Amino acid sequence: MTVPDTSQTRLAESRSGAAPLFSATGVTVRFGGLTALDDVTLDVLPGEVHGVIGPNGAGKTTLFNVCCGFVRPGAGTLTWRGQRLTGLRPHQLAGMGIARTLQGLGLFGGLTVLENVLTGADRFRRTGFGSALLALPRARADERALTERALAALTEAGVAEYAGRYPGSLPYPVRKRVAFARALAADPELLLLDEPASGLGAAELTELGELVRALAGRMSVILVDHHMDLVMTVCDRITVLDFGRVVAQGPPAQVRDDPAVIDAYLGEEASRGGDHG
Amino acid sequence: MQQFLNVTLGGLAQGAIYAAFALALVLIWRATRIINFAQGAMAMFTTYLALVLIESGQSYWTGFAVALAGGLVLGALVERVVMRPVEGGPELNAVIVTLGLFVALQALAAILFGATFQSFPAPFGLRGFTVGGTTIAFTPFSVFVIGSVVVVMLGLVALFRFTDLGLRMRASAFSQEVARLLGVRVGRMLTLGWAFAAVVGSLAGLLIAGGNLVHPAYMDAVIVYGFVAAVLGGLESPAGAVAGGLIIGLALSYVSGYLGSELVTLAALAILVAVLLVRPHGLFSRVAERRV
Repeated sequence: MTVPDTSQTRLAESRSGAAPLFSATGVTVRFGGLTALDDVTLDVLPGEVHGVIGPNGAGKTTLFNVCCGFVRPGAGTLTWRGQRLTGLRPHQLAGMGIARTLQGLGLFGGLTVLENVLTGADRFRRTGFGSALLALPRARADERALTERALAALTEAGVAEYAGRYPGSLPYPVRKRVAFARALAADPELLLLDEPASGLGAAELTELGELVRALAGRMSVILVDHHMDLVMTVCDRITVLDFGRVVAQGPPAQVRDDPAVIDAYLGEEASRGGDHG
Repeated sequence: MQQFLNVTLGGLAQGAIYAAFALALVLIWRATRIINFAQGAMAMFTTYLALVLIESGQSYWTGFAVALAGGLVLGALVERVVMRPVEGGPELNAVIVTLGLFVALQALAAILFGATFQSFPAPFGLRGFTVGGTTIAFTPFSVFVIGSVVVVMLGLVALFRFTDLGLRMRASAFSQEVARLLGVRVGRMLTLGWAFAAVVGSLAGLLIAGGNLVHPAYMDAVIVYGFVAAVLGGLESPAGAVAGGLIIGLALSYVSGYLGSELVTLAALAILVAVLLVRPHGLFSRVAERRV
C-alpha cells in the first residue's frame, strides 16, 4: 500500500504502452497471521521476460502459486488477455496457454523423457480416446504430430538424445532441461519458471540465460530466481519483493540502483525491524 | 511326474486369477496409494449379478459381460461417491473406508442374494484334456481362464503404453499436482483407474467362481493371495503383479499338492513375511534412485 510502489508500476506501464498479457492486481495472501503477499501488482507484457526477485521468504513462490491457481488470493484480481480470471483451477492453465516449471522439477519418474514431454504437449491433441484406441489413421497422424512437437521441444532444450531414458537415470541439469522442454511443448503464451537456476553451475547458468532469452518475443516469461546475475542479464523488467510487498519494479538498470532493493538485499535490519515490528 | 505336471498346470490357472486380482490392486495403489480391500467384495457382488442373470435363463456370456460392465460402473461409483471424500486425507482413513465397504458389500450381498452356497456355471468343460491316454488337470476352462487374463493384460498394456489416455493416467499416478498443471483432469483419471481396476477384479471374481460354489465370502481367500502376489511384485509394477500372481499360484499349488491343502494359507503367510523381510520393495523393484 506504499505510495512509491504504485507510482513505479504506473511508470512501467506508461513506458511500454502495450496492453499486458497477464496481470495480477492488488493480490493479498494471508496464511493465518502471516501476510505472504501484501497488495502485490504485477503486469507482464507480451513477449517480455519478467523477473521476480527478492530475499528468501519474500513471497516469490506464493506469487507464483497465485498465478497458477494453487493458492487463492484473499484479495486482488488476476487478468489474462484483458479478461478477469475468477476461480482459476490448475488444470485450466494448460488450455489457456500458461505453462509452469516447478522447483522440484516434478518429472514423472516412471515415464520416459519423451513421454514426460508428450504430457506437456497434450493440449494439442485433437482426436478423442475412441479413435486413439482403435488406432484410426487420424489418431496416428495426431500422435506423430505430438511426438514431433515433443521432440522439437527437447531439441530446443538441448536434450533430445535422452528421449528414451527415464528421468531418474539422468543428471540433475539434464532433468532440469527436460522439465523446461515439457513446459515448452505446451507452446505457452506465458511461461512461469520457478527457480530455473537452482542447482546449476556457472556454465549451465549462462546456457540457461541464452535459452530463456531466446524465448523472449515468442512468449512472455515470468522468472523467479535469486541468482541476481541471471535475472539482471535475462529480464526486460524486474519486480522486487520484500516481505510480501513490491519494493521496486522496472528495468534491470533502474532496479539495480534502487535504494529499496539494496536495502532489501543488504538488509538494513534496524530500519526494517522498525517497519514491521 | 504326472503329479508334478498336474500341480503345475493347476497352479498356473490359479496363478492367472491371482495375477488379475493383484493387477487390480496395483492399478489402484499406483493411482491413489490406497490398498482397496473392498476389491474382493466388489468382484463378488458383480459375480452375483452374473449369477442372477444366468439363473434367470440368460446365457453365461450375457452374465459375463454384465458383470464386467457392472464392475466398471461399480468401480467408478465407489471412487466418486465413497473414496473421493477421503482421498488426500490420511492414508489410514481411506484404508478403513475400503474395509468398511468390504463388510457392507458382503452384508448387502447376503441380504440380496442369500448367504448360502450356490453353484456357478462354467462356460467350458471341466474335464481335463487327455494326453497319451492319461487325463491331466488342465481343462478347457483353464485355457479360458489363462486366455482371458492374458487378453485383459495385453489390453491394459496397450491402454497404458500406446494411448494418450493411458499416458495421462500414468502421469496422474506419478504426480497428481504436476499432471493437473499440465492440463490433465486428474479426478477423471482416478475415476477411470478405479473403474478399470474393478473390471479386472470382476474378471478375477468370475473366473474363480466358474465351476465352483459362490457365497458372499468366497473371494476372501483370493484377497489374501492377490495381496501377497501384489506385494511380491512390489505393489508398483503391473508386470510384477502378474509375475507375483503366477508365482503365488504355483507355490500354493505345490504346497497343496505335495504337503497338504491345509498348509496353503500358512504358506501364503510365510511367502509374504519372507518377501517383506528380504525384498520389502518386491522381487522386481527397480533400484531406487540414488541421491547424490
